[in-house]
Amino acid sequence: MRFDVSRRSLLGMGLLGGGSIFGKFLPREALAQKPKERNNHFTSSAVHGGSTTVGDVDNERNGFSPRDILTDWDGGKVSQLPNGQTLREYDIAVEEREIEIAPGVVYPAWTYNGRVPGSTIRVTEGDRVKINFRNRSRHPHTIHFHGIHSARQDGVPGTLEAMPGEEVVYDFDAKPFGCHLYHCHSAPFKRHLHKGLYGAFIVDPDPKRYPEDEAAARSRLLGTPENQEWQEFLMVMNAFDTNFDEENEFYAVNTIPHEFMKRPLRIERDRPVRVYLINVTEFDPINSFHLHGNFFDYYDSGTTLTPSLRTIDTVMQCQGQRGILEFSFQEHAPGQYMFHAHQSEFLELGWMSAFEVVA
Amino acid sequence: MKKTWLWAILPLIALLASIGIFLSTDPLSPLGVSAPPLENLTVERTVLSDRGISLLVRAEGSEPMQIAQVQVDGSYWTFTQKPPGAIPRLSTVWLDIPYPWVENETHHLNFVTSTGISFEHTIDVAVATPQFSFSRLWGFTLLGLYVGVVPVGLGMLFYPSLKTLGGEGMKFILALTLGMLAFLLVDTIEEGLELARGAANAFSGSILVWAIAAISFLTILTLGRSRGKAPEGQSLSIYLSFSIGIHNLGEGLAIGTAFAVGEAALGSLLVVGFTLHNLTEGIGIAAPLVKSKPSLITFVGLTALAGLPAVLGTWIGVFAFSPHWGAIFMGIGAGAILQVIVEVGSYLARTASKIGDTWLSKVSLAGFSAGLIIMYGTALLVTF
Repeated sequence: MRFDVSRRSLLGMGLLGGGSIFGKFLPREALAQKPKERNNHFTSSAVHGGSTTVGDVDNERNGFSPRDILTDWDGGKVSQLPNGQTLREYDIAVEEREIEIAPGVVYPAWTYNGRVPGSTIRVTEGDRVKINFRNRSRHPHTIHFHGIHSARQDGVPGTLEAMPGEEVVYDFDAKPFGCHLYHCHSAPFKRHLHKGLYGAFIVDPDPKRYPEDEAAARSRLLGTPENQEWQEFLMVMNAFDTNFDEENEFYAVNTIPHEFMKRPLRIERDRPVRVYLINVTEFDPINSFHLHGNFFDYYDSGTTLTPSLRTIDTVMQCQGQRGILEFSFQEHAPGQYMFHAHQSEFLELGWMSAFEVVA
Repeated sequence: MKKTWLWAILPLIALLASIGIFLSTDPLSPLGVSAPPLENLTVERTVLSDRGISLLVRAEGSEPMQIAQVQVDGSYWTFTQKPPGAIPRLSTVWLDIPYPWVENETHHLNFVTSTGISFEHTIDVAVATPQFSFSRLWGFTLLGLYVGVVPVGLGMLFYPSLKTLGGEGMKFILALTLGMLAFLLVDTIEEGLELARGAANAFSGSILVWAIAAISFLTILTLGRSRGKAPEGQSLSIYLSFSIGIHNLGEGLAIGTAFAVGEAALGSLLVVGFTLHNLTEGIGIAAPLVKSKPSLITFVGLTALAGLPAVLGTWIGVFAFSPHWGAIFMGIGAGAILQVIVEVGSYLARTASKIGDTWLSKVSLAGFSAGLIIMYGTALLVTF
């Protein structure tokens, strides 16, 4: 903090200070900083007392919307291999494009398939996953999957790294089940990540393999009647450093700050909620998720069918950490229930959201 | 021979043509210049009220720039911009941010533009900006009178005793005036440069101060000598009053601004110091008058000319003020002070030669030093 006080300004102050000398000439309260009634000082405006970004992002121009990403599961092109295994094929291309990452703020992003986060790859444990990866940008890129796979499929510099204009193919079995992610692993690592090269990789458990927890496994498996009872959402906690000072200016889930604060995410009170939560925030070591008025069970990495943490209302994740949250509002009154990072900094810089629970 | 005027026109036509060709053919494209636009923002005024924070912001982008979002203390905050839209280069807009600022505390603002670049601005001490009212205006008027008129008027009361001085005494007083003016010159230039630092970069504030000082010095010097001889007596006093008046306008500006932004602490000692500090100005203005018989009206007029601008400055500083205008005024003031330094100096030399002496003597050295020391010494009371 720097006080820029010139001699003259002090002289002026001094004159005022000399109230004993000439104050009697001055009209009462003429110079005093009269504390007024601040009637409208603390009035709430529409969104969270005015603590919000202004305006809206043009989702159409961006070509994706944070709301669609919540439930936009991509099963790929499905076929059967001769050995009976399910093959899921994906085409993923890296494109450099400008994205409006906050209302009115354009960011030169690097994207998988033109969106940030990239397509949500959702498969079942044991499926064969084949990715045709094209690099249409001016830098080398990879896709590094978090999963159990061979070193030859790892997607790091020198291994299945696509040079500009090149195409490479990733081919591996999906395991273990859980909530995972994929991202670029080309150097410089940090820049390739925070420019937008990341996405969700969700592997649903195969219920047949877990006879003891079959019900839980079936509820996880996309498309089963048990699964359709749930309201499932993907939330990728990310952030953008728009001025490249290695500090983020905007925080969000699914890229757009305050999106679910301005238009809360509607959920039905009587159906349980499952959130696939992934932290890809750069520069800040951890991010967190806090739910208002309710508690949840948490499955770290989603690799278990019994919770790794029970009955918590805040969970923190380091960079690259992820997990599954399960909760229900069945006993609750309808209304708005906020969820947000519990780091106040991230909250005030955009990672602030709310559920609209309806009966 | 008669077509030589063409050679005054042709270069201008050629200049316009070459600019036109440059802009229409874009010869820079082979250089691969596709950099994002340069952007800069300067906050020129800050108004804190019960409606929140209002800022007058000047844009200095190479292209019109758009303020996309505003952070206050690390939180995005709702705001309105008047007029809305992209801000052309060197234009200003008002930003109204309904933020519940906290009295006497510091607030940090950050403006994020459409390109993702951010610009910071700090409100050091948040106090409500004085709103216009007649009682408040009267209060600042009285303040300005105390800043400008009272010390100058008090200094003029020395006039009868100045009349009793002989040649040596007169030399001493003139040299004292020169010392005082030298102090004011440095002080005014410093103040101008400080204001220039707060102005938009595009205005090249410091050059503005020096250039305007040079122009105003030469202009006033030329005006003063337009009758073929250096001003003396009453006209020299008028020039002295004028230059000191502009200096006091600057003083008023600084006081008003300090008031508006809540800088600085208060102390009765400073008032006393201030009166002592500016008393010398009145003595200086009265000194050239000793040979004539000025009327009371003349004294009142000179006092008003030197002192009233402080009132004006206080008003402007409190209610409406952008730093580049302040820098311009300080430039004019510096030039005006330099002009009276020259004229008082030459008057001193002439006074000295009348008593068979040169301008440089032990007496004039003592007077000059005394002027500087008095100004410096009284400044000690009021500088922190």
